Amino acid sequence: MSKATLLIDIKGIRDGLLVKLGEAPWADLQAALINAIDERPAFFKGARLALDVGSQVLHVAELAALRELLSERGIFLWAVLSESSVSEQTAQNLGLATRISKTRPEAARSAPQAGAGETALWLAHTLRSGARVEFPGHVVVMGDVNPGAEIVAGGSIVVWGRLRGVVHAGAQGEAGAVVCALELSPTQLRIAGEIAVSPKRKGKIQPEIARLQDGVLVAEPWQTKE
Amino acid sequence: MTAKVVTVTSGKGGVGKTTAVANIGVALAAKGQKVVCVDGDIGLRNLDVVMGLENRIVYDLVDVIEGRCRLRQAMIHDKRLPELYLIPAAQTRDKSAVSPSDMVRLCDELRLECDWVLIDSPAGIERGFHNAIAGADKIIVMTNPEISAVRDADRVIGLVEAEEKGTPELVLNRLNLAMVRRGDMLSVDDVLDLLAIKLLGVVPEDESVIVASNRGAPLTLDSKSKAGQAFHHIARRLLGEEVPFLELEAQRLWQRLLGRK
Repeated sequence: MSKATLLIDIKGIRDGLLVKLGEAPWADLQAALINAIDERPAFFKGARLALDVGSQVLHVAELAALRELLSERGIFLWAVLSESSVSEQTAQNLGLATRISKTRPEAARSAPQAGAGETALWLAHTLRSGARVEFPGHVVVMGDVNPGAEIVAGGSIVVWGRLRGVVHAGAQGEAGAVVCALELSPTQLRIAGEIAVSPKRKGKIQPEIARLQDGVLVAEPWQTKE
Repeated sequence: MTAKVVTVTSGKGGVGKTTAVANIGVALAAKGQKVVCVDGDIGLRNLDVVMGLENRIVYDLVDVIEGRCRLRQAMIHDKRLPELYLIPAAQTRDKSAVSPSDMVRLCDELRLECDWVLIDSPAGIERGFHNAIAGADKIIVMTNPEISAVRDADRVIGLVEAEEKGTPELVLNRLNLAMVRRGDMLSVDDVLDLLAIKLLGVVPEDESVIVASNRGAPLTLDSKSKAGQAFHHIARRLLGEEVPFLELEAQRLWQRLLGRK
């Protein structure tokens, strides 16, 4: 067994292959993976690959380069699992899935506790169509949320901009979660188990806050005076 | 020479990418630039038809990449202009015949040959799209004033930004001022409001575009049509000139007259 094989662990799952990467510099991990593939090209060709990168922090350039190397070998990278929110975000930007069904029940179970805490995901840019953000805590967006974009948060969602996509606050059942935005016109708004669509807007645009009141979703203008 | 590589893409099909590449290519070449247009739509090639060069194809993009010919051999010279060339797509292959790294290599080689490389991207956001943007220095996102096209453009802008290609610029095609005035069509401002990127050009709806495409003679070649002028303006903006947006001015004037804004 060479040292390289210790860095990567490959196993078959229902959706294809799951490759778990060990702790090492990214360049070594990538080289080890490509080596392993080039040793058995026939086994890997045409495979659907999910990659568990552990706590590695990956940026678009690295992940895109790896995807490219894999695609040259006839391997389709479809998911990247990570403990790092940066890497998850990167994967989402590249249109890759960030979870595979039923492999991480512990992550799903721990989510509500995190949502009840004070952690928030800070996004300093506009979310365009196709962007999907999932976070167990609160989500703050400095920018717009365009139609076709989606935010699923365990806690509340604050948008300093126009909210026109789909948002789900309190996704794990937290009924006290709120959604607020400078312009609140989501395609669809969900808090905990309730769903609403934006009514036809009348009057001028103003900041609004949506919350659950006695099980009914209500949106009201944000007031400076109580 | 060090060419600038510009890719025209859109997400949605049928918004006018191919027509734009042909016309911007003609407009730049008419300004004395050496231009190579590359058809990135392998398997569904169209640019050669719109440019009227279909019957002169011997070698194509895939032949260059697979080494069956030299780059110069695949460059078809459009004789109506001194320095306009086309590298057609292969019709008998598909997108998987080319990889993004092949396109980067091709673009690097072309950079030495000319002033501008214009790449016509296929519709969609899959392999062909990634190929088309791989070697680009600048990306133009094209859209029509329709919700579905704008939505797709928004998605594509997000993907381009995620690939760290910088923020693309926008060309709004087929704007019908009469319909905007009646409130039946998204206005330039509506589109910019959502996409929030730099506007490179607005091309009005014009029947003569279709006629010209069918004849294989891009309308920027001679016509004084509004759409032709818009493409000339886009070319001048690409060359760094400040050109006012005629269509926008007209639209704003109407809004003032109608007492909106």
